[in-house]
Amino acid sequence: MRILRVLAYGWLFRMKMLMRSSFNSWLGVLYPLFFATIAFFMFRSGASSKPLLYSSLGAAVMGIWSNTATPAGSALAQERWHGTLELEVAAPVHFALILLPLTIAMAAIGIYSMVATLLWGWIAFGIPLHITDPVAFVLAVPATVASIGALGFVLAVLFVRFRQAWALGNMLEYPVWLIAGFLVPLSLLPSWVRPISWLLAPTWGIRAIRGAALSGPSYGDIGMALAVGAAYVVLGILLVHRALHAARAKGTLSLT
Amino acid sequence: MTSVRVFFVGGLISFRALFGWLNPWVYIPSFLVAPIFQILLFVYIGRSAKLQSDSFYVIGNGLQYAAIPCLFAMANTIAGERNQQTLGYILITPARRLPLFLGRAIPVALNGFVVALFALVVGSAIVGTHIAASGYAPIAGVIVVSALACTGLGLINAAVGLVTRETAVLSNILFGGLLVLSGANVPVHDLPIVLRQISEGIPLTHGIAAARRLAAGSSFSSVLGLVGAEALIGLAYAAVGYLLIRGTETLSRRRATLERA
Repeated sequence: MRILRVLAYGWLFRMKMLMRSSFNSWLGVLYPLFFATIAFFMFRSGASSKPLLYSSLGAAVMGIWSNTATPAGSALAQERWHGTLELEVAAPVHFALILLPLTIAMAAIGIYSMVATLLWGWIAFGIPLHITDPVAFVLAVPATVASIGALGFVLAVLFVRFRQAWALGNMLEYPVWLIAGFLVPLSLLPSWVRPISWLLAPTWGIRAIRGAALSGPSYGDIGMALAVGAAYVVLGILLVHRALHAARAKGTLSLT
Repeated sequence: MTSVRVFFVGGLISFRALFGWLNPWVYIPSFLVAPIFQILLFVYIGRSAKLQSDSFYVIGNGLQYAAIPCLFAMANTIAGERNQQTLGYILITPARRLPLFLGRAIPVALNGFVVALFALVVGSAIVGTHIAASGYAPIAGVIVVSALACTGLGLINAAVGLVTRETAVLSNILFGGLLVLSGANVPVHDLPIVLRQISEGIPLTHGIAAARRLAAGSSFSSVLGLVGAEALIGLAYAAVGYLLIRGTETLSRRRATLERA
């Protein structure tokens, strides 16, 4: 119960803090719209047989990753700059319980972007949002957000020793957009890329959301997104333990 | 003579001082890896949408990525000084503003040129698109003009940076606007009429069109009109940017918001 309370309040506080930043809020909503607009123009003008809703959903989920990649990469650096990292590490709860709500909040901001993209597609391009399986769709969205937030959690821990981690997080934005199949079917990518795609939670997230909207129940993909996300959390907890122990032993926790 | 020194030496020193953090850990992922993946993303979206050839996206996105250093770095010439609390010292000097600010733009444009050229050459090699060997030199010339034109827009961005706190937001929005409107990914003739007209008046549109023609084997003389239009647009933006900087400088001094924005 205590763990759930820490996670829930942590998420709420982080959401409030992120929403105070125009970079994380307004830009997080607006920036993916540019890519969505390009995708709409390209698919509308091209000879693809895919419905425009296919690209609309892909562009919508791109925003969730976009809102997670760069901020998650620099999450710990931000805590250092704020002077709060030592306090959080010293807190009696496990540090993972403090960091995980932050990265999930980053991904959750992407829901604004997702709604904005779907509305933009509907208003400007006349793309109707017909959902084949509304229940699966409603379940797929939070599952995708949670799993992408969990991926952000792993990134935040992995980049803890890099001073300019934001650049590494930023660098991962396009590759994940590409190989998770947001706008490009995985079958178009080289075959060696596909196993990498399967290891990425966003791949299963977009499959779940797109499946629920276009073809029907996608509970298998929802389950995969959650399972891969849970694996990230376990990996992140193991990594955070090692990283914090090393930083405390060497006295490098607050070094930027 | 002092103005020439401020232009060249001042520009170089300010770039080194403001971008001391631009080490390989930042430069490689941000300026060398990211544009390649932008190219790959749009090449594959293009294949999925069945709209244009691969070379269309390689050239479009290669040139368009010059906007990242040109827009962000120009804004940082103001925001970076503010963060280091040196903006007041800069603006209180009697140095003429034209060489002071334009001198800062030259290293930025040079970096934009390097980034775009790298993206174009490496992106072409990875995707396997063919650019005529004779086309590289004139394309490099077009990239220089395009990077300078984009830096002109960056000057406007820098001017806004004098009165706003978060320069990265506007830089990202301008970058996104150029991505949509410059013809990098959506052929200009496929845009709605209003957007097409805006597209004709922004940096990169004519440069990208010229580079595409050169890559297809056209001579440099046949794209002189496009290159001239790109240069003129860049000059116009630079002039507006310079005037805006003077205006916002006065405004921020009057309101005492120089360090506060």
